[in-house]
Amino acid sequence: MNPYDVLIAPFSEFEFMRRALAGVFALALGAGPMGAFLMLRRMSLTGDAMAHAILPGAAIGFLFAGLNLYAMTAGGLAAGLLVAVGAGVVARATGMKEDASLAAFYLISLALGVLIVSLKGSNVDLLHVLFGTVLGIDDATLILIASITTLTLVTLAFIWRPLVLECVDPTFLASVSRAGGVSHIAFLALVVMNLVGGFHALGTLLSVGLMMLPAATARFFVRDLTALVTLSTIIAFAAGAIGLLVSYHLGTPSGPSIILVAGLAYAGAVVFGPIGGLAARLVPGRHLEA
Amino acid sequence: MTAQISFRNLTLGYERHPAVHHLSGDVREGALLAVCGSNGAGKSTLLKGICGALKPLGGSIDLHGVSPRDIAYLPQGAEIDRSFPINVYDMVSMGLWRRAGLFGGIGRADRQRISDAIAAVGLEGFEARPIGTLSGGQMQRTLFARLLLQDARVILLDEPFTALDAKTVADLVDLVRRWHGEKRTVIAVLHDFDLVRATFPETLLLAKIPVAWGPTSEALGSENLLKARRMGEAWREDAPVCSDAA
Repeated sequence: MNPYDVLIAPFSEFEFMRRALAGVFALALGAGPMGAFLMLRRMSLTGDAMAHAILPGAAIGFLFAGLNLYAMTAGGLAAGLLVAVGAGVVARATGMKEDASLAAFYLISLALGVLIVSLKGSNVDLLHVLFGTVLGIDDATLILIASITTLTLVTLAFIWRPLVLECVDPTFLASVSRAGGVSHIAFLALVVMNLVGGFHALGTLLSVGLMMLPAATARFFVRDLTALVTLSTIIAFAAGAIGLLVSYHLGTPSGPSIILVAGLAYAGAVVFGPIGGLAARLVPGRHLEA
Repeated sequence: MTAQISFRNLTLGYERHPAVHHLSGDVREGALLAVCGSNGAGKSTLLKGICGALKPLGGSIDLHGVSPRDIAYLPQGAEIDRSFPINVYDMVSMGLWRRAGLFGGIGRADRQRISDAIAAVGLEGFEARPIGTLSGGQMQRTLFARLLLQDARVILLDEPFTALDAKTVADLVDLVRRWHGEKRTVIAVLHDFDLVRATFPETLLLAKIPVAWGPTSEALGSENLLKARRMGEAWREDAPVCSDAA
């Protein structure tokens, strides 16, 4: 078996593999920077909470229109934005901490979603939403994901400075500008959109993985924000491509394969990462001159 | 002698409990004012009120045309995420926010100003260092460099010299004197009376209510200090509504 057969042939021979690769790359391009900021803003678990918040919306869309891309996207977006904006506004307008208010909102959303679904008496197959169908991406889905990524990158460019400043020194930002609140809400909206884009390919829960695992891995290698965002994106690309190949050759489900590849990279970084990795801590090397 | 900041029967506080009670008076343009008092006397609260972070419970603050966003404010133990991957240069350059905003480019002249500010606080060679690797004094120097770039008419400093060594304090006090020389209005919360007497011509002694406000030697006289110490700083859960409350 030569390298061509292993690495290139699956993509050159099968259109569904090419589509999957394009979809995953498009996702990764947005997920890299989003994951980096989620981690730096100490919102690593927010992605997971938002994924739960989106689920009922998507399920309701599924309930009324079946496996319809637009209905499920609209439902997911509506539920996610409602929870994200609601939680963000409550956290900023009251003394409630962001994590607590988000927990309150997403739990309400989840319970409401399950209630509505059960009232309809339909046994919705949520597996699709949970785990996605990366090998079944059609043109419409591909365009949706690409649009969301484009919007994400443009918006991030707009809110980059306040986003950074609010992580480093929120009091300072508040003293010079009102942009903090607006950029935070915009950022939450981007999180929701990326999760909604992701759930068609990887499923809601796993699309959080494509955001968080590359970012967490990259943090073990770089100390600079630009480098962190770039490296997160590259790792997400690599995990997508390698995960698809693993899935092709071993016959494993593609979504989990992609995330597990990213997980392996993370495990490696935990042990061997030069910045704060286990090996670097246990065997620090001989100290330098003062 | 025009007023830069006027307090008019100002009361500031939290959940209806006053921390600054019935303060009236003017801070002159170009004043170098120290705010002293024990812990809980309302000093930090007063600065938060001036920069607009806290709305008055009663009375008002008149900034005489200066926007709260044009006030440079260095909070006490600023809540800075030191683990964030950003270096000294970028941290200092944030001081240009009012000029550059969301998109404004940082040109050659601006880069020169950033370098000058870093040099003025004695941090040349530290530009590329992540802020997580700085000592407490170096971090405070970084924040002062950012204040320099903000180029504000009014500068508020909340315990800016706490936990710093003598050399660092001396260097930063020089910057405060320089601002005073440039006719900027500087208000600093301080605990070191020797430093206040040596550097600050004017002092406001707070114990929730203003105990004394005037030339430092008089305001920090032994009688006033004793009076300030006697004032309670307890939070009374059953405090009645103030009879002067509007």
